[in-house]
Amino acid sequence: MTRGGAARAPKQCAGQARTAPPPVCAPMVEQTAQIIANERDTGPYFRLRVRAPLIAPRVQPGQFVHVRILPLKHALLRRPFSVFQVAGDTLSLLYKTIGQGTEALARMRPGEELSLLGPLGHGFTVPRPDGEIPLLVAGGYGMAALYLLAQRSPRKGLVFVGGRQRADILCEAEFRALGWEVRVTTEDGSHGEKGVVTEPLRAELQRRAPGRKLFACGPTPMLRAVGRLAAEHGLPAELSLDQHMGCGIGVCLACVVPIKTAGGWEYQRTCTEGPVFDFRQIAWEAAE
Amino acid sequence: MNLAVQIGGLALPNPVTVASGTFGYGVEYAQLLDLNQLGAVVVKGIRRDPVRGNPTPRLVEVTSGLINAIGLQGPGVDGFIRSYWPFLQQLKVPTIINIWGTSVEEYAEVARRLDALSGVGALELNVSCPNIKEGGAQFGTDPALLRQVVAACRAATRLPLITKLSPNVVSIVPYAQAAEAAGSDALSIMNSYPAMAIDVETRRPVLANVTGGLSGPCIKPIALKLVWEAAQAVRIPIIGMGGIQNTADALEFIMAGATAVAVGTANFYAPQTALQIIAGLRQFMRQENLADVRQLIGCARAGKGRAPEATVRHP
Ligand SMILES: Cc1cc2nc3c(=O)[nH]c(=O)nc-3n(C[C@H](O)[C@H](O)[C@H](O)COP(=O)(O)OP(=O)(O)OC[C@H]3O[C@@H](n4cnc5c(N)ncnc54)[C@H](O)[C@@H]3O)c2cc1C
Ligand SMILES: Cc1cc2nc3c(=O)[nH]c(=O)nc-3n(C[C@H](O)[C@H](O)[C@H](O)COP(=O)(O)O)c2cc1C
Ligand code: FES
Repeated sequence: MTRGGAARAPKQCAGQARTAPPPVCAPMVEQTAQIIANERDTGPYFRLRVRAPLIAPRVQPGQFVHVRILPLKHALLRRPFSVFQVAGDTLSLLYKTIGQGTEALARMRPGEELSLLGPLGHGFTVPRPDGEIPLLVAGGYGMAALYLLAQRSPRKGLVFVGGRQRADILCEAEFRALGWEVRVTTEDGSHGEKGVVTEPLRAELQRRAPGRKLFACGPTPMLRAVGRLAAEHGLPAELSLDQHMGCGIGVCLACVVPIKTAGGWEYQRTCTEGPVFDFRQIAWEAAE
Repeated sequence: MNLAVQIGGLALPNPVTVASGTFGYGVEYAQLLDLNQLGAVVVKGIRRDPVRGNPTPRLVEVTSGLINAIGLQGPGVDGFIRSYWPFLQQLKVPTIINIWGTSVEEYAEVARRLDALSGVGALELNVSCPNIKEGGAQFGTDPALLRQVVAACRAATRLPLITKLSPNVVSIVPYAQAAEAAGSDALSIMNSYPAMAIDVETRRPVLANVTGGLSGPCIKPIALKLVWEAAQAVRIPIIGMGGIQNTADALEFIMAGATAVAVGTANFYAPQTALQIIAGLRQFMRQENLADVRQLIGCARAGKGRAPEATVRHP
């Protein structure tokens, strides 16, 4: 260091109250992470495990990492992925191959390296032992964002998982192994109940709603439906939103969503204030 | 070995800065790198009032670059001073504040407000935005308007003024000269280049704003040419930017005539880039036996420095 001391950011960590504009969230680091395993799960889904000792131990449920897929030369941006599982110095991602980045990632082998930025974002509130009973709602790779929450929650609840077909139902056994009840729906009826994931959720809430809290991650129409159900039953709900990202650390303002404020609404950053928002804060109408 | 350079009246400890809008307000990066190692911190563009910005999608990745239409979202000058200035003020390296407006008077007002703060390094005028009063003409693509805006800011502040030019012109020379004549102490070249992308599945433009600004490595050769041309037309120093992602890129800009450089889009995917370039410049100078980085400025012009046939190994 040649000139004076290092300039350090004021710390504001995940779980703290948010006031606009929040400078930053849980201390993040950039680190080279070696691939330990990268294997197909079902259909287009893969599981990736990397060694990331500076990041893995500090991940909160619902947080994500921003991954630079080094073999990509002309696609510059990092790709955001929820942290699926952590074990000691390692963390895992559960990802779907949908484009050039995820396809290049799927071709990478153990021993190769990625650059990770994390842990990023504001995650889910872990339920308290005497708090509401958590109901998790996941569509497709949304299950990845919810697994750590189920694992760290002192209260066990129900998980509603949905997808188009059998291959979209991920880590069902793992949720069961944690002692959670799992309700599966597929749109084509190839596994579990036929329909969309919010149908059994609706039935469950009609049976019993008070004292429960919803946590959801998945496609936007699913999240909006979960928000509507929460509103109907007067329940709290935390939704993890997906937005295309540039930096992942709050500087480019690409990833914004409309969030209600005292006087109306403003754009806040999915990567920093989110990806998890209280459903009552989201001004969906403003984005239309 | 000297790395320090002067941008107008502003002394930079080294020639490597960051580009406005790619570095937030500095504080966001403070966890990832030591800001005090940079040549300067350059913050996101601010105007008088808070700005909500454009609807999403605001950004799309393209081959070797990206197109953004953020819409200059920001907290306004009061919000900036309240939320971010206390942090920036305690940095040991200069802060350059990027400003914009929708009228000549607004630019001058923001300049005056920031002139009253203590410790500002310089103001950078982003002129790539429309003048609402003048029916939407861009400040940066009309030399007469450009001259007015620079002159009004010159009258409003004693801070060094850096005019950031738009590449969307037939020749950069009259704009560079207009800014210089109106009292600008330096130039930043270049802002992002107007561009768009279409989603073939939806058959619609990707960006909600339809068009946006192209940045990243794909614009580097364009930026380099503009710096080259401007450097021969004005005496004031130039901060070169556009797609810089490594030491060789930075050296190209300096050799084309830039006194300093800025790293932009690369901050998004490789946050250490600016610091790596500073280390790379040191290594290059050691290798080339150079005592002063200023010896390299504009050396690519015939008659300056090493002849073209010599082999220069870029680190
Ligand atoms: C907070 C967050 C958590 C996520 N967690 C997971 C996860 O656990 N598992 C998983 O499979 N996917 C996850 N995603 C989606 C994942 O980021 C995209 O599928 C991925 O970026 C696609 O990259 P690509 O190069 O294959 O696709 P391309 O379409 O080639 O990508 C082009 C550009 O669009 C962006 N992009 C494309 N689709 C998405 C999307 N759905 N969301 C955000 N950016 C997108 C890419 O990052 C890239 O910048 C998450 C997204 C967010 C925002
Ligand atoms: C997301 C984004 C936001 C930007 N915001 C600003 C801004 O507020 N003011 C400004 O003068 N330039 C802005 N720019 C332009 C950059 O400062 C820079 O001139 C341009 O991106 C070229 O450099 P690069 O290719 O290294 O990014 C922005 C660029 C990007 C990518
Ligand atoms: S991705 Fe850049 S601000 Fe969120």
